[in-house]
Amino acid sequence: MAKAKTISAHLSPATYRENIKKVPTRNGYGDGVVEAGEKNEKIVVLCCDLTESTRNKKFKETFPDRFIQMGIAEQSLAGIAGGLALEGKIPFISSYAAFSPGRNWEQIRLVACIQNQNIKIIGAHAGVSVGPDGATHQMLEDIAITRVLPNMTVLAPSDYLETKRAVLAAAELKGPVYIRFARSASPTFTTAKTPFKIGRAEILKDGSDVAIIGCGPLVHEALMAAKLLKEKGVDAMVVNSHTIKPLDHKTIAAVAKKCGAVVTVEEAQCTGGLGGAVAESLAKNQPTPMRFIGVHDQFGTSGTPDELIKEFELDRTAIAKAALEVIELK
Amino acid sequence: MLTIHDKKVQELEERSTEIRRDLIKMLTNAGSGHSAGPLDLTEIFVSLYFHVMNHKPKQPKWKHRDRLYLSCGHVCPIQYTVMAHAGYFPKKELMTLRKLGSRLQGHPEYGALPGLENTSGPLGNGSSQACGSAYSLRMDGSRSHVYCVMSDGELQEGITWESAMFAGKYRLNNMTWIIDRNNIQIDGNTEDIMPEEPLRDKFEAFNFHVMEVDGHNIRDLVDAIGQGHAVTEKPTVIIAHTIPGKGVPFMEYDFRWHGAPPGKLETETSPKKDKQMQVALNELRTLGGKIESEHE
Repeated sequence: MAKAKTISAHLSPATYRENIKKVPTRNGYGDGVVEAGEKNEKIVVLCCDLTESTRNKKFKETFPDRFIQMGIAEQSLAGIAGGLALEGKIPFISSYAAFSPGRNWEQIRLVACIQNQNIKIIGAHAGVSVGPDGATHQMLEDIAITRVLPNMTVLAPSDYLETKRAVLAAAELKGPVYIRFARSASPTFTTAKTPFKIGRAEILKDGSDVAIIGCGPLVHEALMAAKLLKEKGVDAMVVNSHTIKPLDHKTIAAVAKKCGAVVTVEEAQCTGGLGGAVAESLAKNQPTPMRFIGVHDQFGTSGTPDELIKEFELDRTAIAKAALEVIELK
Repeated sequence: MLTIHDKKVQELEERSTEIRRDLIKMLTNAGSGHSAGPLDLTEIFVSLYFHVMNHKPKQPKWKHRDRLYLSCGHVCPIQYTVMAHAGYFPKKELMTLRKLGSRLQGHPEYGALPGLENTSGPLGNGSSQACGSAYSLRMDGSRSHVYCVMSDGELQEGITWESAMFAGKYRLNNMTWIIDRNNIQIDGNTEDIMPEEPLRDKFEAFNFHVMEVDGHNIRDLVDAIGQGHAVTEKPTVIIAHTIPGKGVPFMEYDFRWHGAPPGKLETETSPKKDKQMQVALNELRTLGGKIESEHE
């Protein structure tokens, strides 16, 4: 069994401050895809009538000939991307996650995964923090339905900068990739010095009593939970598992072994989500008591993002409480 | 411009008969698979591979090839047979259809067999992939043409019409869809299951150039494809009227042969199961019968 790294990753000095700069992760996609497009002219963007909110506007303005307006048609969004990819293009197909990969899962399974094509599925508006739009638009099942597909890579980056880096890395990776991101602004706590590599979980804060393994913008809540726990004398480790597939089994087993207790944190259904993925991995490699922060077999509802994060018990207080509970099981 | 001489028509008709023979043997040997569609698509595939398309069987990835996207993957036995005759792979490999380890999967898989442009089977998706291919080829200034062969039953899939809207909007004049209008699907006749007529009007409303032909008449097929090439402002769709099970009298027009190979089904008009392959081969309507050549 590999030993857990004991060095915490570099984070923004503002990480634990209340006035930390907040930017939506979707902006990271918008900036990242333009940069990727500059590097590689094979990149094309397909958009389903959501140019502004999925942050495709800058790409459309920079590369008008490589921007394809699909209209409100997610099935052909994926199907047509299949033909483009077979001819050597690298299509980024974007919509709200509820509709892509929600509505067009079967097309993605066929054209991206069975054919193993270089298609990047960009799922905007994932999680309950979508807010007032309510259950229909708050995609919570996307991780489960994408990670079950052979050949697929699944990413849930944690802040603006990491989303941008994930988009650039996905453009370089040959094969289908799903990237989910959120609607509302969230703290930018990683820096250019924070390690990021697809397939690797990063220890953001070392600890020994409990390992909190998260993905997406809630990783910041996990760091804040660790701060709360420290005040109670608990030394929590925080791990950013931005790659849900392929999961970093080695690091996850090592941190579980070191801490003896694990809490997973995600803004998605725990069943089939990061929680499910970590549980499957640990059951095989390092059986460890677990608690799951996420959505439990429910749909979302209308409210402000902050209200919903509390309502669904996804906030730092809930994470800290789950950590204390799971430590009792050691 | 695409033309065809009388001698070539006759040669392709004879080729179609040979291919139907291999098809019947292959399906019987496989013990499962579809009969009606592959049989009725014979002239369409023979015309495409032996006269219409620019392609190099020994160089399946040749950049300047025309593309053939299959949308209704279940009819792949006819594509496999025609490809074997064209020289993509040895004919003896046809007998591995649907067997473990075969390159001839029950539904065609991209990458498994050189020369297949796409994985196909889940209905409706081939037409969308053909649109993506045509769009990409046009971006690159390619002169290659994209063909998509699809069934009439799969027109009931919503994605077909999303793709049709796309093709109309972007005026994909480098693409031709060919619909196998055999009027059957698994549960019965298309107009009973989910009516599709008026099909011509539907495609015209989606900004396609529409033609209707006898799908067993090689000259008419080639002429229609050529006419489609000449239309620059629209994508083309050819509604090819075919007889399901064409060539095997006890299968013709009977929807129950959609998903059964010879030897697997007995009907009021069929021979006993163990005699079906031989009867089909003996009675194969070649250049006589309903597909009689005007040149004989």
